[in-house]
Order: sequence, then structure tokens, then C-alpha cells
Amino acid sequence: MTSPVVQRVVVVSDKDPLGLHIRPAEQFVRLAMKFTSEIEVVRESLRVDGKSIMHMLTLGAEPGAELRLEAQGDDAEQAVAALARFIENGFVNDQTECPSNG
Amino acid sequence: MKFVDFINRSAIRTNMEADSKEDVIRAMTSSLMEAGKIAEDQYEGIVEAILKREELGSTGIGRGVAVPHTKHPSVHELVGAVAVSDEGVDFDSLDGEKVHLLFLLISPPDRPGDHLRALENISRQLRDDTFCRFLKQSKEPPDVWTLLEEADNNQFGA
Repeated sequence: MTSPVVQRVVVVSDKDPLGLHIRPAEQFVRLAMKFTSEIEVVRESLRVDGKSIMHMLTLGAEPGAELRLEAQGDDAEQAVAALARFIENGFVNDQTECPSNG
Repeated sequence: MKFVDFINRSAIRTNMEADSKEDVIRAMTSSLMEAGKIAEDQYEGIVEAILKREELGSTGIGRGVAVPHTKHPSVHELVGAVAVSDEGVDFDSLDGEKVHLLFLLISPPDRPGDHLRALENISRQLRDDTFCRFLKQSKEPPDVWTLLEEADNNQFGA
């Protein structure tokens, strides 16, 4: 039995005028990798792997861009909630267990 | 945005011998200075700014590719250099892989959109395995330029 896909549409915050550049893409991927679920991000006709920095950069997501987060797996709900917060809060990771930069 | 819109043809280096992050960033910034795209008296400040950005987190984006960059008030348009390293450079990338292909970008502070468009272009084109492999195998700068032009003309997947 496959688990359902959890989805949520988010709008890229304008707190960072650059949008989803390398640093937030890396932070997004680090956060996504903490979950076992498969994570994909969709912008219009483009669908990418949420656990790849290179993929995330292809979205070219400027402030105001609409992205659909999709997760499938045991922790899909938590993954989508955490990633949506990260995008909507202007790339601030509010998780206390956030890993420090290695 | 296309590669030819921001990569300087004279600032392409292959067979890079620099094997540390700082050395390769210095060599690439020098190539932009020699190409006349940045002023000599700005060189050190630009290198420092790029290194400082690396301290915030690696600009390695996976698949052996890195995009070291900074904003700098001395440039009035986005300028970019390319380097290919056979040996690879340790860049602290998230995926742990050494970096063999580098795109160095310097953008004017008042044009944030251009930086994002350049990143979008680089990452979209490099998702194509063939293009990525051919670039890393390039032995001479003109080979790199030809590949970038071909990518601009949609001759690879993407």
C-alpha cells in the first residue's frame, strides 16, 4: 500500500529579495534530507527533486513565485509542514534541531 | 538568460592546477581581471568577498559543480568566469563530491534578479548529463565556449 501524497502550495517570501538562491536552496535540501519521504517541488510545468540543490535552483523562484510542495512517505505531513514554514518565513528554519553548518 | 550573456569568453580556464578553494577562486577572479571585466584595484576585495560568502556555506551545488559568487559595487553588469579542474577541488559540497566545474559570478548589488536567472540557467543546463560530462572533459577554453553556445541553442536535453 502506498502512502498518499501530501501537498501544499506556498509563495516564496519577499524577505529575501534574491528569492531561492544557493544558500536557501542548500538549507531547503538539508531540511528535506532529514525526512525519509520523497519530496518534490513543482513550479508550473517544472517538477524537481526537493533533495537536490541543483534541481531546486532550476526553479528560478523569485519572491512571490508559487511553488507546490509534494511529499510521499511516512513523515510526509511533517516534511511538508516544515518545508512550507521554511519557504514562507523567508528561509528561516524554525526547527530547534536544525543542524549547524558543518 | 543565456551563458553568452554573462560568461566572459576570455575568462575560461581548463586544466586548472589550483587545488584549494581559495587558489581556484583567486585564479578565476584573475581571469576576469585579465579579461578587463574587473578593475585591478578591486581584485583583493572581490576575492575576500567571495571567500567570505563561502564561509556561510559551500556554493557546491552537487554533481561536481560549484558557483562561488559575490555582489560587488564595482561591476555594472553580471560577469562570469568558468574553470575546469581534472583533479577536482575540495569545496565542502553537501554531497561530499570534489568539484570539477566552477562558474564564478560577480553581480552588481542593484540587480538581484540577474543572479537568480544565471543560477537558473546554469543548474537547468547542467542537469543534462551529457552537457555536464562534456564540459568536465574539456581540454581547451574554446571547447568550453563551444559547449556553452550549443547549450544556449538548446542542443542538449534540458
